[in-house]
Amino acid sequence: MTAMTLSEKILAKHAGKPFVRPGDNVWCNIDILMTHDVCGPGTIGVFHKQFGRDAKVWDKNKVVIIPDHYIFTADVMANRNVDTLRQFVREQNLPHFYDVGTDRYKGVCHIALPEEGHTRPGEILLGTDSHTCTAGAFGEFATGIGNTEAGFVLGTGKLWLSVPATMRFVFQGNLPPYLMAKDLILAVIGDIGCDGATYRAMEFDGDGVYALDMEERMTLCNMAIEAGGKNGIIAPDRVTLGYVDARNKSKIAYEVVKSDPGATFMVEKVYDVTKMQPVVAKPHSPDNKAPVREVQGTKLDRAYIGSCTGGKMGDFRGAAKILDGKTVRIDTFVVPATSEIARQLKTERIGSRTLEEIFLAAGAKMGEPSCAACLGGPADTFGRLNEPMSCISTTNRNFPGRMGHKQAQVYLASPLTVAASALTGTITDPRDFVG
Amino acid sequence: MGRIILTPIITGKAFVLGDNIDTDQIIPAQYLTFNPSIPAEYKQFGKYALSSVPPSQAGLPQGHVPFHTTDEFVSDYTIVIAGKNFGCGSSREHAPIALDAAGIKAIVAEFYARIFFRNAVNGGYLVPFMCKTRLCDAVCTGDVLEIDTAAAILRNKTTGEEYRLEPLGEVGPIIDAGGLFSYARQQGMIKT
Ligand code: SF4
Repeated sequence: MTAMTLSEKILAKHAGKPFVRPGDNVWCNIDILMTHDVCGPGTIGVFHKQFGRDAKVWDKNKVVIIPDHYIFTADVMANRNVDTLRQFVREQNLPHFYDVGTDRYKGVCHIALPEEGHTRPGEILLGTDSHTCTAGAFGEFATGIGNTEAGFVLGTGKLWLSVPATMRFVFQGNLPPYLMAKDLILAVIGDIGCDGATYRAMEFDGDGVYALDMEERMTLCNMAIEAGGKNGIIAPDRVTLGYVDARNKSKIAYEVVKSDPGATFMVEKVYDVTKMQPVVAKPHSPDNKAPVREVQGTKLDRAYIGSCTGGKMGDFRGAAKILDGKTVRIDTFVVPATSEIARQLKTERIGSRTLEEIFLAAGAKMGEPSCAACLGGPADTFGRLNEPMSCISTTNRNFPGRMGHKQAQVYLASPLTVAASALTGTITDPRDFVG
Repeated sequence: MGRIILTPIITGKAFVLGDNIDTDQIIPAQYLTFNPSIPAEYKQFGKYALSSVPPSQAGLPQGHVPFHTTDEFVSDYTIVIAGKNFGCGSSREHAPIALDAAGIKAIVAEFYARIFFRNAVNGGYLVPFMCKTRLCDAVCTGDVLEIDTAAAILRNKTTGEEYRLEPLGEVGPIIDAGGLFSYARQQGMIKT
């Protein structure tokens, strides 16, 4: 039998074929479909139009609906969209809905999915959001799709997917304390460009990757799309299974899949993480890489720590370590990705203070769990750049207008770099604050 | 959806853009609260199409050309010419929808970001052609173009130049059917 990569093996299995090759178009059975408040209403519209007003979804246990984008806003249309989701969930009697204003409310979908046990090795997860690739951290094939495709999956449980060739990125060595996964992925995107992995799978490997916790692995896979990647993926290990088994409430069986020895990778790039340094992506593209040292001193108006990329517990631990006992020089916004993370910020401590106390004492503003200003959103969105200001952010995109104003200058960086920069009001290397 | 977008000849005026035109530039996030499955709101996307493209990059080679010249919803231009990686960024289907609502019938780019390409094809909004020649340096905004879809040839009526387009390949039948649903019905995959 022909050797296959991890992504190829998952697609072959779900297409009922013994093997697939890159470039093959195959119809796959889908394990989980996720949608949210921005693309959900359109998806539901397609589903009703095509399958009829009384049609039922293919499997209600496989549909996950997570409102997260436009949540804490007075915008009437945004709130109407959440109502559209509510009505659909009622009609279809869907069990996996994380509604706003209830105890079940979660926040950012890509972090909510694993926390609530919807990510498992070997599966195919599709979502109406380009950062659905985040879930590849759990050893599954996860990618973003549009409304029409999602409407099709809702009705049939299937979708055609073309098999991507795999690019392999190997990270060797242990991450020094001044680096985070964000630095690694910004380095990769800077090296290959924001179209460098278009239509490709990006498989991350090496002891440097397996030394990372699940949140950091999610950061790596999250930004695969910023290089144009179809999916990011990391083969499961004990850390993966530990996380998944602790969260897999419905005890759904899954299969651990790894790339075969001898599988073909179209590219292999090896990085020694001990030699890497903190980097930023300068305006207006995630591939506009520069070492922090090269742009240090650049004046900033604002710092933002949040999103599916940079709003997880590990991100806040890193930022709090730097902000502890100090005061920020510029407006600093802290937005936990999910309600679970928001609660943990109130209990986890460094010394005698909780992380939340550290942020507030440093002068940062705390927001509610959601996407918030990561994608701009309605004008009253927490942290939105309503003026042409300069912002350093732990988010994943800095295209013109992404965080609000189209003339705003957004620098993407790790939570460590953002926290260090918040303290000085200029772009600052975290090595100035941590070993 | 299901309407025929792959007509034998597509003609119209060109609106030229550069590389890496991302979905936030095509349709800024603040307008995503409109629901595209409601026809009155679908129309709204046309009004804001390409509204975050920096003015200097809109309507090359000179730039500073407004995309909407006739009324606020529909553009005079019907063919977009672009460089590399058109439609990168978010998965929002609102991006091809905005261009369709604004009256765009076809795009010719060097290549597309994956999700945008799939959305354009599966939703049946417009035809995403690819061309090996860097047309965004060869065509001027306002040039009159004619695409012979069967022969995969683009003719610039203004300059007389001709360019070979990439064949539509495996997605051809889906585009020809008018999108994913019509294709799946043709194939008997879903009942009508
Ligand atoms: S946090 Fe940002 S990138 Fe993540 S899902 Fe929300 S809008 Fe998208």
